[in-house]
Amino acid sequence: MPTLETELYRGGRFVADDAVYVADGDALPANALAIVSKKRYLAERIALDARAGRLGLVLETADTLDGLEGALDRFATVVLRFARYADGRPYSLAHRLRHRLGYRGELRAAGDVLQDQIVFMLRGGFDALEIAHAGTRAALRANRIVVVPTRGSAPAAQILDAAE
Amino acid sequence: MYRYDQFDRSFVAARVAEFRDQVARRLSGELTEDQFKPLRLMNGVYLQLHAYMLRIAIPYGVLSSRQLRKLAHIGRVYDRSSGHFTTRQNLQFNWVRLADIPDILAELAEVEMHAIQTSGNCIRNVTADHFAGAAADETVDPRPYAELLRQWSSLHPEFTFLPRKFKLAVTGAAVDRAAIQVHDIGLEVKRNERGEIGFAVYVGGGQGRTPMIAKKLRDFLPERDLLAYCEAILRVYNLEGRRDNKYKARIKILVHEKGLEEIAASVEAEFAAQPVATAALGEAEIARIAAYFAPPRFAALPARSAVLEDAQTEDAALCRFVSRNVSAHKAPGYGVVTVSLKPIGGIPGDATSDQMDALADIAERWSFDELRVSHAQNIVLPHVRLDDLPQVHAALAAAGLATPNDGLVTDIIACPGLDYCALANARSIPVAQEISQRFADLDRQNAIGELKLKISGCINACGHHHVGHIGILGVDRQGEEFYQITLGGAEGADCAIGELVGPGFAADKITDAVETLVETYLKLRRDPGERFLDAYRRVGLGPFQEALYADA
Ligand code: HEM
Ligand code: SF4
Repeated sequence: MPTLETELYRGGRFVADDAVYVADGDALPANALAIVSKKRYLAERIALDARAGRLGLVLETADTLDGLEGALDRFATVVLRFARYADGRPYSLAHRLRHRLGYRGELRAAGDVLQDQIVFMLRGGFDALEIAHAGTRAALRANRIVVVPTRGSAPAAQILDAAE
Repeated sequence: MYRYDQFDRSFVAARVAEFRDQVARRLSGELTEDQFKPLRLMNGVYLQLHAYMLRIAIPYGVLSSRQLRKLAHIGRVYDRSSGHFTTRQNLQFNWVRLADIPDILAELAEVEMHAIQTSGNCIRNVTADHFAGAAADETVDPRPYAELLRQWSSLHPEFTFLPRKFKLAVTGAAVDRAAIQVHDIGLEVKRNERGEIGFAVYVGGGQGRTPMIAKKLRDFLPERDLLAYCEAILRVYNLEGRRDNKYKARIKILVHEKGLEEIAASVEAEFAAQPVATAALGEAEIARIAAYFAPPRFAALPARSAVLEDAQTEDAALCRFVSRNVSAHKAPGYGVVTVSLKPIGGIPGDATSDQMDALADIAERWSFDELRVSHAQNIVLPHVRLDDLPQVHAALAAAGLATPNDGLVTDIIACPGLDYCALANARSIPVAQEISQRFADLDRQNAIGELKLKISGCINACGHHHVGHIGILGVDRQGEEFYQITLGGAEGADCAIGELVGPGFAADKITDAVETLVETYLKLRRDPGERFLDAYRRVGLGPFQEALYADA
């Protein structure tokens, strides 16, 4: 599904990523992290849960968490897609995933992931960022992200690599 | 007052560095205006008709003289030697250069101020009763709670990209000088019969194009649950608030469309699921913040001041000032002084840098170094000894700040309107100036009594016209500036939205129309104690419509 080149940032650096977004109806790859939509997961839950390969879930900005209670342990990653960075719903979905549904696995931000918001994302419970924006990747590589400290959060220096 | 700790300091310093980098990227062309816009908005930088505007937060309206002097200085160096106090306890500089703004922010940081979250779809500057900690009628000082909310909402990672802006107001007095019922969340701090502190929580009030009075979610939320409960409201709003239409994106629309019951159920479920770690405010934390707001050391004084009373018998201007602009203080022998920024014919809310310096000096000498900005666009000296009032009055008069019109018809609230604002339909300031001049006679103003007149240059209602006893709204009629009048609005505990009286008036007729309304009221009121608002509530629109449109 992603048409742009993206890179995965996790634990303070860019890491290899074998995630494949699988369109509803397409076959799942055997040896990769297969990421499916909520609609597909709920429709094919029994088969997908029984499958051996690694599975991920992608939630669109307007998706809710209804129906996912108790299902989350199954996923190697949950991806929350920011349709536009100014649409902040994924932040609250992240909070509910972490605190209401008790999800402890990787929480990945994708879509409109930009330099000036990634600190909010990392503070808000995301621990991996899928970044398409070239300027943002360059800024991360050059260590040019300004971290404004906030009360009760990790010290500034730790925010960017706090994910591990 | 609250003093920045290490955290606040590094927070604000880092924020200035961050914005300096963003401005540099904009000036070099790396960022387009479109990409830069949300970033500058998060730092209070607007692009108006003629220039960039910088909006500075004055958290819950509290200022020290050192801070006010810094604002005076910034006005002098970077603007046209003045600043504009707004209805949201902010200060706006209307003529700053973008390239200077990082330096201005660095100067502000020196005095523990900033412009963060004064615009954008985030939690805005938390406002509070401008008489907090001083008024005789106060139950609980709201400032510690406003400060807790400020800290909690500053760069909150979850609530920085809400469907729309979000405004909180806190009052600690039942009369409500903070207009809590026209805010997204309004809080009244109070005590229950056991003496415990809690909050009445209102949600979904607002002005703008769809004015609504807030609905009560909780009558007594325990003190410890303040942040966890507000967070629950914000989360429900962030997920469910409309994002398809910016005019329907405020929480008031969500509350209106879903109904109070459904919203209450969602909020309560969210609140019940709050993680334990963030759930309750500790007593120690509340006490730590409250200590910053300990009352100053008031002298033990008699309730009446012979010095003042003697001076009043000889000085009519002082007398008028005291009876109009001084309110009851909780400490005997003290008064709360309202300094009007509404001189006859002036621009409501404007103060020159020299006036700011004068106010800073007066506050330092006679008001425990404290000032407040009120949502009526005035300044308050919260703790003045009655004995000192003659000197304070003289010092204010020397600075052109002794206009004795608090709450009178010339104490007009007006938004910047078409003189500055890119969204305006019509000018507000010249209308305010003309009405002010028409009613310049103080005897006449006093005979009219309390009358709150509020003017907005468009339906966004920055000038609060919906809650004016007389509200004036600028509209565009085929390219011409026109003004509609609403009557009977009120912002306090008796909150009401004004009703449209009829067809609008051209710019050269609006002052006459206001005068007609006032004369009609004077004729029909039962006695001088019946205020304009009371009389309106008794008789309704009818007599006013007849008077206004008799010849039509
Ligand atoms: C000149 C630049 C300004 C712009 C572009 C602007 C823009 C807006 C807009 C778009 C709204 C409507 C928001 C909504 O209903 O969702 C609004 C409301 C408001 N603004 Fe402004 N404004 C400006 C200046 C001011 C000033 C100077 C004040 C204070 C005097 C102010 C205080 C308010 C208040 C109190 C409201 C209504 C409260 C509410 O939304 O419920 N604004 N403004
Ligand atoms: S009410 Fe309209 S004209 Fe006045 S400041 Fe607000 S947006 Fe501008």
